[in-house]
Amino acid sequence: MGMINVKSVSKSFGMKEVLRDINLDIEPGEFTAIVGPNGSGKSTLLRIISTLLRPNSGQVTVAGLDLNTKAHTVRQILGVVSHHTLLYDNLTAYENLLFYAHLYSITDYATRINMVLDKVNLTDSKDTLVRTYSHGMQQRLSIARAILHNPRVILFDEPHTGLDQTNSIILDKILQSRSAAGNTVMLITHDIKHALALCDKIVVLHKGKVEYQERTTQISYDEFASKYHEITNV
Amino acid sequence: MMNSPVSTMKSPMYNNDKNPTTGQYWRIVRTIIWKDINIEMRKKTLISALFIFSVMVTLIFTFALDLDKSTRDNVAVGVLWVTFVFASTLGLNQTFANEKNHRSLEGMLLSPIDYTAIFVGKFISTYIFVIIIEIIIIPMFYILYGIQLFSPLFLLIVLLGSFGYTLVGTLLTSIAIRTQVREIMLPILLFPVSMPIIIASVQCSNAILSGANWGQFSNAFNLVIVYDIIFIGVAIMTFDHLIQE
Repeated sequence: MGMINVKSVSKSFGMKEVLRDINLDIEPGEFTAIVGPNGSGKSTLLRIISTLLRPNSGQVTVAGLDLNTKAHTVRQILGVVSHHTLLYDNLTAYENLLFYAHLYSITDYATRINMVLDKVNLTDSKDTLVRTYSHGMQQRLSIARAILHNPRVILFDEPHTGLDQTNSIILDKILQSRSAAGNTVMLITHDIKHALALCDKIVVLHKGKVEYQERTTQISYDEFASKYHEITNV
Repeated sequence: MMNSPVSTMKSPMYNNDKNPTTGQYWRIVRTIIWKDINIEMRKKTLISALFIFSVMVTLIFTFALDLDKSTRDNVAVGVLWVTFVFASTLGLNQTFANEKNHRSLEGMLLSPIDYTAIFVGKFISTYIFVIIIEIIIIPMFYILYGIQLFSPLFLLIVLLGSFGYTLVGTLLTSIAIRTQVREIMLPILLFPVSMPIIIASVQCSNAILSGANWGQFSNAFNLVIVYDIIFIGVAIMTFDHLIQE
């Protein structure tokens, strides 16, 4: 069984069916990209896997743990970088991480905080209020927050949005280092080129269904772009 | 062939399968209080808004109700509680304000904590702000109305009454936070539900300040305590369900 296992998951909001019978298996240490046009259900799928949302039907397991009964344990091994930074503007970077370190009951929090701040190149501005940070810096701090407890599984929801080239490169390095460290990484993105360059596997979600999945070594950019266009008409 | 793995999840929420120890639980509560107070010490928006609002309401009532001493004594407690209730409602509307900007509430929901710790932390930090405002309002009333408000029993009923009001308010804020019209929704939900504790607190306060004996206000006093206890239970039992999507 994979690290993330999604079986026959469906999700509706009122009458609108957002996910339809999703089946997905992500192996331990695999770097998987989920791509698809707006409204295809990518973020909803991520919110379900991250325990923020409950599916109407189906089963999700992370590291063999069923989210329906072991959500608390799953949260200990899960890191999430979402659209929003989940940070507090009026706390410094260090205080934000200290807050989350306490929530995750990290005992050696000072060491861990300094380590992750170093990883995202924010050590020099750790005592600055987050409200004075640029978007790129906030996004990097958000990544530091997500990896603070050294999670085995990390979910990224369009982390490149709004980043300049420098921050985008830093982010790519972080993504690759997490994957190289053996973490299972799931990246939700619009950027097919980026996804093919970074990931081991690419999955196309369209109108709430998994329409296509392939290992990135098995397909070229042009082949995939053509397939993507065929599926999504985008 | 194996049975389909499809299972309709009947549970209204994800279970917290691992209960933290009492020490861990209170450490998380303390962390949430520390965070809220730290932010407020920097912003000072809530305390200043509550202070200005309370002073305004007190002064407006003082000058609008240009009454003789006995009538003033009769209405003072009502005016005091109106000030408490409006100021607390203003404070309650800001309970999850810090979590709105970057959806930080989701950050807490993603962490492996007992969600009731969020409620307890949020409730205690809001209650601290309400008490600070009461510490300012009570001496102001003493000066403007000349009523002796420093009786231990009166102060106790103020603390118990505002405890229940803040408790219910914090719980209802967790419902209102998901709506687009949070500022309007909170009073609509809160005022009817909190009516028993407000009425009982006003009755108790009036009786205590007019020197009535215990038997004359014991029922109202007990109602305040029972209300507080019931809503502690209700909050702990329902918060998990209310806070999750």
